[in-house]
Amino acid sequence: MSTATHGLDRAGQATTPPGTAPAGRDAHRPGWGSRIFNGFSHLFLLVWALMVLYPLLWVVMSALKSDSEVIQEPLSLIPDTLHFDNFARAWTAGHLGSFFLNTLLVLIGSVTLTMLLGSMAAYALARYEFRGNRLIYYMFLSGLTLPIYLAAVPLFKGVYNTGVSFPLLGPNKHVMLILVYVAWSLSFTIFFMHSFFRTLPDSIAEAAQVDGASHTRTFFSVMLPMAKPGLISIGIFNVLGQWNQWYLPTLLMQSVSGEPKHQVIAQGLIELSVNQGYKSDWSGLFAGVTMAMLPVLIVYIVFQRQVQSGLTAGVGK
Amino acid sequence: MRHGVARFVTGFLALPVALYLFYVVWPFAQAAGYSLTDWGGYSDAQNFVGLDNYVRLLSDELIRKAFWHNVFFLVTVPLFTIALALFLAFLLNVGGREDRAGIRGVFGSALYKVIFFFPQVLSLVVIAVMWQQIYRTDQQGLINGLLIKIGLVDADNPIAFTADPEPFLGIPAVLWWLLLIAVWSGAGFYMVLFSAAMQSIPKDIYEAAILDGAGRFHTFFRVTLPLLRDTISVAWVYLGFIALDMYALVFVMTPSQGGPNHASEIFASVLNFTAFQKGQFGYACAMGVALAIFTILLAAVQLRITRRDRIEF
Repeated sequence: MSTATHGLDRAGQATTPPGTAPAGRDAHRPGWGSRIFNGFSHLFLLVWALMVLYPLLWVVMSALKSDSEVIQEPLSLIPDTLHFDNFARAWTAGHLGSFFLNTLLVLIGSVTLTMLLGSMAAYALARYEFRGNRLIYYMFLSGLTLPIYLAAVPLFKGVYNTGVSFPLLGPNKHVMLILVYVAWSLSFTIFFMHSFFRTLPDSIAEAAQVDGASHTRTFFSVMLPMAKPGLISIGIFNVLGQWNQWYLPTLLMQSVSGEPKHQVIAQGLIELSVNQGYKSDWSGLFAGVTMAMLPVLIVYIVFQRQVQSGLTAGVGK
Repeated sequence: MRHGVARFVTGFLALPVALYLFYVVWPFAQAAGYSLTDWGGYSDAQNFVGLDNYVRLLSDELIRKAFWHNVFFLVTVPLFTIALALFLAFLLNVGGREDRAGIRGVFGSALYKVIFFFPQVLSLVVIAVMWQQIYRTDQQGLINGLLIKIGLVDADNPIAFTADPEPFLGIPAVLWWLLLIAVWSGAGFYMVLFSAAMQSIPKDIYEAAILDGAGRFHTFFRVTLPLLRDTISVAWVYLGFIALDMYALVFVMTPSQGGPNHASEIFASVLNFTAFQKGQFGYACAMGVALAIFTILLAAVQLRITRRDRIEF
């Protein structure tokens, strides 16, 4: 639990509470009211921290128990012996390994493409005047309000039909899922990057053009690097969003010709929970949830500052 | 030069626009078209029926139920999440001891922020499967197990959680249990959001308030809260979208995806049930269009209400 100390080290200096005003009046001793309130704050915050941590810890610990222990002592947080075989079972028999691989393959392609195409479109829309600019921008924007379920049936139909002539773009194919993720992530990415490119100063782009850089060159070697903070924010947003996708894969990664389904992690986890329920393999299920949960949590803990500020910037502005 | 610009813009927009048109716009347009037919989805037979599907929607008992459940989440998810997030942010930022420097945030607030944010990075499916185990209706469930051990709950008669259609305050209990998960997973993120907004408020505003003799409660309600107005209304809009999209929780957590006995049915679950179980694609598409119109109207209303002169600082 090196992370806990990591947080504590920073705790002291990390806070600049808004209530802290270097008030220029004489020092005065903290009153009882203040102390009671401080105690109450700690109590309440601790209770909520426990409500967040306890279920997570319970899942991880249950993943290390034997099956009979899960049933006989479901609540204990300390397993008698550590059963790492649960993880092996979930990885192979529960197919978690292949879920991970599929998710990774799709994410690498979809996040890269989303960022590239999204910022290209946002750049063109934000910094160039042309006929239809507003129309295209609002077309992308409208995607933010439309519910995905509405498009479900025609989308499945469309993918199915495309697959007949272009097998790579048919159902149950990684390339297809990548393109669908990209298309559905464009709205927010463009919305966010558009406002970002607007705020960049004109003078630098102009200077680059005077130096003879083409529009494309200006974008890739000058403007894109300048937009790095925005790219990090929206990148985190897209990684989390696409990692969490389950409706689109459940809809589209269905096997039509009898080949095995290429499930992603979220989709596979639901199936695992149904199957393990039938088999009463609870420890295996806990191991599966733990494996789906820990990598993200660890990455988050390492990059918590970037993630927090990135996501709050993505939503707040 | 003009020509170069046109070529550049076309080159940059062609691929994104094509992808978006094919995978997003076209399906939506088709759905609107199908909503005027009686298409079943599996055969090619489809007849134009005009607005029949929409007329049918108005008298559909299940849709009416689902609509009110959507409204329930639409009100409660933002309300509870924002209230709790504000309260936590308040404690975090002004809950510390008072000393010569004024009022401090609590000790360890950075650690709290890291922990409270955890649910935000977990996928909804992970959360749902996890809560499935927490909500189990036997002694193996985390909550039932604990309560049975303490003796608050009878082992033969445990809490049914998401299998409980009995109304609580006039709303099926299952919806309250789903709401708890939504608030649990959202509060931390919005707390961090509000905290960040609070810290961007310039210090001299607080100095002035404290010089005027305002205490921490007074300062919070009279200074901080009004200045957070923008952030809160943005949070409200986002939580509104989340509230409309409770489908993942309903899908994983409730018996027969919308049960028990349709007690947790929402728009999206009825839509999926109608399309893929009952094979009435035309009718399901009409539901989708209705939901889209509802969402857009809501967004418009929300924008109108929350639009006000911004406070610049």
